[in-house]
Amino acid sequence: MKDFKEVSLGFTEEEAVREAQRCIACKKKPCCNGCPVEIDIPEFIRLVARKDYKGAIRKIKEKNNLPAVCGRVCPQETQCEALCVLIGKGKGGPVAIGALERFVADLEAAHPEWKDAAAAKENKNIKVAVVGSGPAGLTAAADLAKYGYQVTLFESLSASGGVLRYGIPEFRLPRAILDRETGYIESLGVEIKCNILIGRTVTLSGLFEDGYKAIFLGTGAGLPYFLGIPGESLNGVYSANEFLTRVNLMHAYEFPKYKTPVKIGERVAVVGAGNTAMDCVRVAKRLGAQDAIIVYRRGEPEAPARRAEIEHAKEEGIEFRFLTAPIKIEGNEKGEVKSMTCLKMELGEPDASGRRRPIPIRGSEYEMPVDTVIIAVGQGPNPLIAHTTKELAVDDKSGELKIDENCMTSMKGVFAGGDITTGEGTVIAAMGAGKKAAAAMDSYLKGA
Amino acid sequence: MHRIVEKKQLADTITLLKVEAPLVIREARAGQFVIVRLDEFAERIPLTICDTDRSRGTITLIIQQLGRSTKDLCALKAGNSIQDILGPLGNPTEIEKFGTVVITGGGVGAAELYTAAKALKENGNKVIAIIGARNKDLIILEDEFKAVADEVLITTDDGSYGMKGLVTDALKKIIAGQTVNRIICCGPIPMMKAVTGTARPYNIPTIVSLNAILLDATGMCATCRCTIEGKVRFSCVDGPEFDGYKVDFDELMVRNNRFLEEEKRALET
Repeated sequence: MKDFKEVSLGFTEEEAVREAQRCIACKKKPCCNGCPVEIDIPEFIRLVARKDYKGAIRKIKEKNNLPAVCGRVCPQETQCEALCVLIGKGKGGPVAIGALERFVADLEAAHPEWKDAAAAKENKNIKVAVVGSGPAGLTAAADLAKYGYQVTLFESLSASGGVLRYGIPEFRLPRAILDRETGYIESLGVEIKCNILIGRTVTLSGLFEDGYKAIFLGTGAGLPYFLGIPGESLNGVYSANEFLTRVNLMHAYEFPKYKTPVKIGERVAVVGAGNTAMDCVRVAKRLGAQDAIIVYRRGEPEAPARRAEIEHAKEEGIEFRFLTAPIKIEGNEKGEVKSMTCLKMELGEPDASGRRRPIPIRGSEYEMPVDTVIIAVGQGPNPLIAHTTKELAVDDKSGELKIDENCMTSMKGVFAGGDITTGEGTVIAAMGAGKKAAAAMDSYLKGA
Repeated sequence: MHRIVEKKQLADTITLLKVEAPLVIREARAGQFVIVRLDEFAERIPLTICDTDRSRGTITLIIQQLGRSTKDLCALKAGNSIQDILGPLGNPTEIEKFGTVVITGGGVGAAELYTAAKALKENGNKVIAIIGARNKDLIILEDEFKAVADEVLITTDDGSYGMKGLVTDALKKIIAGQTVNRIICCGPIPMMKAVTGTARPYNIPTIVSLNAILLDATGMCATCRCTIEGKVRFSCVDGPEFDGYKVDFDELMVRNNRFLEEEKRALET
């Protein structure tokens, strides 16, 4: 496994139509309740079954501005598909809604003539700013453009997409597809400006001075958590964000053609078992690690990653050490990682998260030789915007921006949504928040 | 794209570039930096904003040729362009009326303190600048510092110019002769450590500007993490300036060496 080509292959037309025909068009449409951006799922599936693919993608895009992304990275198995009435009826499980969404989104790419005129019907001549071009920001920007606002989307990195760009690897979300989705957002009239860090390059009050009438903050969960164990400053310990940014955004896998390095050695331990941890461990394997190992303090059933990601990792030869908790990292005389000491765990009673609490087994300590440790145990809300904007009220404990029921922060005209207000969540939850905030901003601006 | 409007060679290996970056200027303050990415293939590297020219919309970058990325930047000519410049980043230097402030710059580090010297002087401080380098050729911005500081002392390791010795030798002399209320220091890590050590017996507040390896420089990747009074801090957003007494310089030195092999390889290509 050395290449970064996409791992999951999509449906053929025949497969897609056959799958779409399995939908019984039930009356209650429970699947729709599982979709944070409220796609009319049965209707788009009906159009696929009738081979009206152009109609199907238009139906999806009425609500979802990033279908090719969602078709790939949404956890449909816990959302729309989990509510499908076909489950448990001995009829082959739920309709593969995600795969169908991806099928029509990918088909659209091959048919530029389908380009819809979803762009604004009216130009309101009102400037609005969206900060952060991840899932929340892209969605808010697209919806605001559709409402008729002049939208500028500010991104601090050199390319748009946020976590979709720096975080999710090519083999799960190809760059070409992401570029196409952001290109669609631009085609709606959104101007994307990269290399601008709002809060530093321009302050929020500066944006108002510049004539923006409302601002959406979708700055995400960019603050990496560490374990707080000895040895985390040793050379060879990366945060998941650093490791993935080096590889995905800066192309370190093509070093030295691309000048940003990444160094992994032969044995790589990734601490954590979420989707980000799976991304890290699979990237490490592709970069040539002989052993790429997931170390997780709970058991496999408790792992937060999607089942499909864990299965892909297993197929690629990733080693899993469940019920294993690192307690320190040791280095050599040059300050480089040489091993990680772990404790074996057993599961006790459920904790606040509802998952069974891991308890250390006495005397189970052992040393695991490794060259690299990647910490993938989650991220907190990015503190920069609150740090540089004293008017923004922040939850003391979580660091999340406080918003009211209309998605507005403590600063008038400044709205927020996505991971910056909820802590780390899914792509689709952030998109749902961006959509809701865009509607709230529209009401606010109409009243203003 | 950011066009280079002026280039000046300050020393064999030290280049000054004036670059168009009108957006960066608006909020730029002393002590802040930018992230520069020369082209599609380049690294993101941090460079201090050494000066701003509001009428021309330019910032001044002073670059010492050390590795691949700095070599490529130093090779640029007036009229060439830099693809991305992000900033201003980091917390600005704290500027108040402290009394007597000694600015201590080692090598190219001196350039990074020029705007602070200027701002401190404007705020009514007595500013003494010590500029140190290995030899005469590497002494930069002497005239510029003379124009803003009350006193400028030059030290060279080999005695080819100014006082023979280290910046700490000059600092000791100053401290012996008068009250110093604050020291601000930028340069190689061993030098910043030595300056902090020199100041410590006199308990003079000493601010150091750290030069950790950065990546996104917006607080997202933690590659620049350093230990400040036993706590992990990010140099990019919590710094780049810290109380020198609290910095674990030895750890920073080790961390800054972590891509030495790769830097060598990149330089060979």
